[in-house]
Amino acid sequence: MKIVVCASHVPDTATRVKVGNDGKTIDPAGVTFIINPYDEYAVEEALKTKEKLGSGEVVVVTLGSDNSKETIRKALAMGVDSGVLLKDENPRDSLGVAKALAEEIKAQGAQLIFMGKQSVDYDNSIVGQLTAELLDYNCVSVVVKLDLDGEKVLAEREIEGGREVVQTSLPVIITCQKGLNEPRYASLKGIMAAKKKTIEEKAAASYTPTSEVISMQLPSGKQPGRIIGSDASAVPELVRLLKEEAKVI
Amino acid sequence: MANKILAVLEQREGSLKRSAFEVVNKAANLAKELNTIAEAVVVGDAINNLNEISKYGIQKVTHLKNSELANYSSSGYTEAISNLAKESDFDILILSNTALGKDLAPHLSIKLDAACVVDCIKISVSGNEIICTRPTYAGKALVDLKLLSNKKVITIRPNVFKAQVTENSNPPEIVVKDITSANLRSKVTEFKKSEGKLDVSEADIIVSGGRGMKGPENFHLIEELAETLGAAVGASRAVVDAGWRPHSEQVGQTGKTVSPTLYIACGISGAIQHLAGMSSSKFIVAINKDKDAPIFNVADYGITGDLFEILPVLTSEIKKVK
Repeated sequence: MKIVVCASHVPDTATRVKVGNDGKTIDPAGVTFIINPYDEYAVEEALKTKEKLGSGEVVVVTLGSDNSKETIRKALAMGVDSGVLLKDENPRDSLGVAKALAEEIKAQGAQLIFMGKQSVDYDNSIVGQLTAELLDYNCVSVVVKLDLDGEKVLAEREIEGGREVVQTSLPVIITCQKGLNEPRYASLKGIMAAKKKTIEEKAAASYTPTSEVISMQLPSGKQPGRIIGSDASAVPELVRLLKEEAKVI
Repeated sequence: MANKILAVLEQREGSLKRSAFEVVNKAANLAKELNTIAEAVVVGDAINNLNEISKYGIQKVTHLKNSELANYSSSGYTEAISNLAKESDFDILILSNTALGKDLAPHLSIKLDAACVVDCIKISVSGNEIICTRPTYAGKALVDLKLLSNKKVITIRPNVFKAQVTENSNPPEIVVKDITSANLRSKVTEFKKSEGKLDVSEADIIVSGGRGMKGPENFHLIEELAETLGAAVGASRAVVDAGWRPHSEQVGQTGKTVSPTLYIACGISGAIQHLAGMSSSKFIVAINKDKDAPIFNVADYGITGDLFEILPVLTSEIKKVK
């Protein structure tokens, strides 16, 4: 079976965001880019599934500029067999990403696709569902447990206050949440082997945007408040403030 | 009529959720601004509190009924709601950005050839144009988006748009449509509830613990305070990664973004990815030994001291005033 993992190249979560000169995107100066943390769970789940099946091929697909190859290499070093870079220098809205991914998944003929539940840059959490709907595939989002049995898929997804057990079937897109697995580290051997693996480059499918960023701002920062004290004797005053001033208890 | 709005309501176990009334109210207000009408739709089996929606400004609701759709089914809900939207020419669909809304909205947008924008914290109208404001980078930045498509599917962040009661107290018109053959390609077969705990994403008050708690065995101090306040327990990434707490409690950029009324951070230094997930809370209390900890930069009230000494006193003082 061929398994596709979709991975995104995103700013590290420790990034301090500054608005760029265009007033619409972040200033990339000094920003470290990494594989989207949720996509690491997707890579791990794909590799685990291949190992369990005892055969198959895992392909990582990334949309972005040349720099995104770093993320592909990271996945290859973890054990993915090959990579595809869908080239587009410009950022896309979620539907634009989904259209490019759907076209490539179709070309690969994959029936099982893993990706992170959201990328930690735009935080949309909708690319998996959009892609599935474009392909007429099933989709389970925010998955924390997965059982595959032939064509049958049993997945647990995280919702408010618990988990939903979802029953569906292949072809399916699974969007992965923290807790699904423990992503493996790339071994030195893996990193060396990754250098010999192929990364195919092609132009990403074209699309018409459905939304446009008109401006980006930083949220108005909170002013530091009051230090009430330095030990338990400050507690009564804190409780009074919460009750009388903030009126929250 | 152009720009007809459909409020997509969420029910669990036959009751509309609190977030559904926020959607009703936002849809009704937006309809006024756009000089159009808003109606509502809900999918499920019997629903006990549909009458309440008129209080929040919508007078007509279509109940797409099928006992097999009592629980969520992405395929079944998508088909039923998108068919209704097409038949009755709804252009704008509004959902809450809950687990269900987040999953369903993108499916609907493809079926309806609509733009999809999720997790909005502000929706403004200028002329006939709709501008949505939403957080990105876990709230480190906000973007204003213009939707370029006539049809739109929008989700709104829970707890941001408060449901205001309008004067109308007449019950709404309820149109029941039986869905004869539900599309159950994907369906929820079971709900596994976390043992009696309130979820951070739905809580009004959150008490969170970080590395300063020194070990999982000390989290009873957090739990006791949370119980006294009727609050949810949250955690920093450091303690989730260390295996002290489940990831469902994690607040921050790789956890949940929350905006409760009160957030109490205990032994949390305030790494940027944690601050991103909670600094939009209405009131923040920080308890930390290190007076230079960045958490104090966003806290309304702080105590720079030993939390092992402070937390038990805080719990008992709050018990006194509750």
